[in-house]
Amino acid sequence: MGKAAKRKKKASTFSKAKGSAEPTIAMVKSNPFEVKVNRQKFNILGRKTKNDVGLPGVSRSKAIKKRTQTLLKEYKEKEKTNVFKDKRFGEYNTKISPEEKMIKRFTLERQQNYGKKNIYNLNEDEELTHFGQSLAEIEKLNDIIDSDSDTDERGALSAELTAAHFGGGGGLLRKKASSEQEDEEEEKPKSRKELIEELIAKSKQEKQERQSRRESALELTEKLDNDWKEIQTLMARKPPKSERKDKEPDEYDMIVRELGFEMKAKPSERMKTEEELAKEEEARLQKLEADRLRRMRGIDEQENKKKPSHVSADDLADGFILDKDDRRLLSYKDGKMNIENEEEQEEEEGEKEDNENEEGEEESATEDEEDVASDNHSDLESDLESEEEAAGNKEQKKQKTNENESQNVEELDPKMEAAKSELPYTFAVPESYEKFKSLLAGRTVEQQLIILERIQKCNHPSLAVGNKTKLEKLFGFLLEYIGELATLDLPELKTIDKLILPLYNLCQMFPEAASGNIKFVLRDAAHEMEEVIEVKGRATFPGLDTLIYLKITSLLFPTSDFWHPVVTPAFIYMSQLLTKCRITTLQDVIKGLFICSLLLEYVSLSKRFVPELINFLLGVLHISLPKQQAQGEFVSINELRNFYISVL
Amino acid sequence: MGGSLPAEEDVLSGNSSAEDKYKAWMRHRYNDCVECLSELLGHDSFRVKESSLCTLMKFVELEAECPLVAEQWKGSIAFPHHLLKVVVNGLIPIHEDASLLISRFQEYMEFDDVRYFVMKAVTESIGQVMQKTKERPLPFYQQNVFSLISSINMPNKERDMVKFMVKQDKREEWKVSKLQTHKQAFERMWLTFLKYQLPSGLYKKVLVILHDSILPHMNEPTLMIDFLTVAYGVGGAISLLALNGLFILIHQHNLEYPDFYKKLYSLLDPSIYHVKYRARFFHLADLFLSSSHLPAYLVAAFIKRLSRLALTAPPEALLMVIPFICNLFRRHPACKVLMHRPNGPQDLSEDPYIMEQEEPSESRALESSVWEIQSLQNHYHPDVAHAAAILKQSLSEIEDDISGLLELSASELFDKEIKKTSANVPLEFEQVRGLFGKKNDIFAEHFALD
Repeated sequence: MGKAAKRKKKASTFSKAKGSAEPTIAMVKSNPFEVKVNRQKFNILGRKTKNDVGLPGVSRSKAIKKRTQTLLKEYKEKEKTNVFKDKRFGEYNTKISPEEKMIKRFTLERQQNYGKKNIYNLNEDEELTHFGQSLAEIEKLNDIIDSDSDTDERGALSAELTAAHFGGGGGLLRKKASSEQEDEEEEKPKSRKELIEELIAKSKQEKQERQSRRESALELTEKLDNDWKEIQTLMARKPPKSERKDKEPDEYDMIVRELGFEMKAKPSERMKTEEELAKEEEARLQKLEADRLRRMRGIDEQENKKKPSHVSADDLADGFILDKDDRRLLSYKDGKMNIENEEEQEEEEGEKEDNENEEGEEESATEDEEDVASDNHSDLESDLESEEEAAGNKEQKKQKTNENESQNVEELDPKMEAAKSELPYTFAVPESYEKFKSLLAGRTVEQQLIILERIQKCNHPSLAVGNKTKLEKLFGFLLEYIGELATLDLPELKTIDKLILPLYNLCQMFPEAASGNIKFVLRDAAHEMEEVIEVKGRATFPGLDTLIYLKITSLLFPTSDFWHPVVTPAFIYMSQLLTKCRITTLQDVIKGLFICSLLLEYVSLSKRFVPELINFLLGVLHISLPKQQAQGEFVSINELRNFYISVL
Repeated sequence: MGGSLPAEEDVLSGNSSAEDKYKAWMRHRYNDCVECLSELLGHDSFRVKESSLCTLMKFVELEAECPLVAEQWKGSIAFPHHLLKVVVNGLIPIHEDASLLISRFQEYMEFDDVRYFVMKAVTESIGQVMQKTKERPLPFYQQNVFSLISSINMPNKERDMVKFMVKQDKREEWKVSKLQTHKQAFERMWLTFLKYQLPSGLYKKVLVILHDSILPHMNEPTLMIDFLTVAYGVGGAISLLALNGLFILIHQHNLEYPDFYKKLYSLLDPSIYHVKYRARFFHLADLFLSSSHLPAYLVAAFIKRLSRLALTAPPEALLMVIPFICNLFRRHPACKVLMHRPNGPQDLSEDPYIMEQEEPSESRALESSVWEIQSLQNHYHPDVAHAAAILKQSLSEIEDDISGLLELSASELFDKEIKKTSANVPLEFEQVRGLFGKKNDIFAEHFALD
């Protein structure tokens, strides 16, 4: 194609462009800054003025456009003969809507991929050729010929072979053929098949030869080896190693290997002896005791506050302390709840049973006491005596029960089993106190204990998120239940006695909740007393439930602390009871003495000074004096001091 | 109208005019009516009492407006004090408690003239009634009188006296409108009332209000000296309360009281920390002992006695008395020797201080030490122990302000403690076995589960 033709074409396109650009030119023409006027020096008649007005901006832009479309294109396509063909379906076909295009393309693609074995191999179906021969076939030929690379003439390939390898470089093959034709014209030119067969036969032969050579070499070495062995036996007296190995390796080696590859047991802490365990326990207790003493002195209270204890990143902040003994894993054995520390529990149960026995036997003694109390005798002596008796009896019984302990444990087992069999194994934590009560209603003490234990286990804080709050509530319910048991006409003290243990465990798990609950109880009791004082002017001693709560406080919390969130209010409450409550009956005296012993227990470790206690005791002594002697309103301070010293 | 009322029969039989007769008869009926009403003041039902009281007071008001008896001389203002006396006598019955009726009567006491005549009437009534009974106290009567007269609100200035029941122009000249006369009547009323023996409850009540609602309104407060001296000598709570009045007399009226401090010293007995008026007493004791001119032996005796008694005190009192004692040390550095004998006596008999000695100078307090405070360092209440631990440190120069501690109550202490929150709750580590199952449980020795 001539360039001129091309140019013509292009020019035409330009003219078209010009037409479209006409309005812009008109606009430009109206702009005097875009127009260059060629002044004519002389007006010559008959001359057509072609270039009197020029548009330099427009013409420059035109020129640039022209260059990019002609010169630049040519420059870019310089020395390039390949043409890129866009074979995409209907790419430049404007008649088909894009959606149709997409559908068509999609169907085409699916057709292409249909029947393919491997979707990732894009070129599977396309047959590649070289000089019109399928490349796949040539490859097959290669395999046959190139069977053994161990040929002698490595690197120097025969002409035939190369011809066969590379599809036979048509020209070369033909040349050879022509030369053969020249040599022996009668012989028909061998067909390709024949050629190949020949080749195969040749290579097979070569192969065989090589194999036989190798075999002979092997034979020779074997022979040499045998000879050497014979000589060796002569040279050394040792039996040949191979013989030894043949007999022995079996067992020993196997064991060695086995041991070698066996999973090695990792080094663990060795089992501790009883002594060590005892020592550890002692050390733990010592540490706790040291803590207690430190709190008792209340010296570094401030320091402690400043340094928060280290909290691990894995800490769940559920108040669950690992080094306490109260955790129990939930596991099953033969379909039944497997209680981890069964032994311990059984012991405890046994002891409880013992206590019961004791109490049973004691009943006679305590009944005496009750009689005395109900008679309202003013003299306390008989009361004291009976108490002493009871104490004496108790000691005797303790010895007895120790002997019986083992028996009791055995007796208890079937009972426990029976009780367990009746109860379900999982319990939800009751939502309200009523539900809690109905859960325990009608159950024996042992069953109640089991129920409580199971509730705790099934709802351990580590098992689910909400369990913590649920179990915290449980503490409150239990406390309320104990209070209710104590307010009954016949207080079920034995039940309470046993419920202390789950209460203690719960307290160990949730100290904050427990302290909150007990503080709440104390506050209620104190406010009640305040109200009574306001109305009547003088308070009366509280009921048994409050006394039990005070006792429980001493069991759950360390009473020797210098300051304790629960114990200190309890102290104040008790001291108020002793000072503000009026003594009207003998029962009041006993209640007061109970509180006195509580206070004594509270301060037994810390050796603190409780003036109210001494005042109360003096008051009681004063009351107990016959009226004629009771003249001095207050016992002299000297006695008081002596008393104080004796208490300490 | 005019003159005193002749007897009914005389008028009716006499030969006066029919109109006069009618008027006289009407007066007699009116008198009968008043008599009936005064009887009704003793009726069982309170509503009857109340309405008869109101009616009588209405009569008083009307009579004040239109006096039944003509002015005796020109310018004098008549007030129906006879009628008011009837009312007052009804208000203070001898055998029952009339406090409700008396409180109803309060609104009339707002009138200055009514108040004045009530005071006079009460004085008269007390004289008559108590004369008859002769030394035997009448609890109800005295109680009634007390509730009537203790509620009297005396005006402070003469200008305040503007509310009168009798509306007259010449009031300025009327003696009832003078504060001086009011004060006189007030003073006489109280003195008459206090002249007779009072039941102890009433005694205390009088002493409680004495210093701020009686003494300031008396013309001559010194007249109370006798009463207060006797009260101070009674002992116990009554003495404590009399202290306040005595203080005012000593402080403002130059009363010289012999052996005042000795008496104060003897007031310190074990009950001092337990009584209701503890705050009041210590407030005054603080005032009395604030003088820097007191001899050291006296202050030391006070310190020793207070600290000795502190051994039986409740925590709320201890929290107050320890700073109190510290303040004494600060004021009287000569007493600091007590603090500087750290090792107290081994036995109480070795303490040189003699508790029983009533004379502070003989008590040998300066030779002793404050081992009591030291032992309070082991008090069960942490705040008390903290406060007592101040003995270990050197005293600061600035006195502690104890005014906030005076009114501390046990319940406040409890609430304060229970509201404290602690992030860390220490737990008992000893495993429990049961209610009394702890090791070495003291309870197991004394109580059994049954």
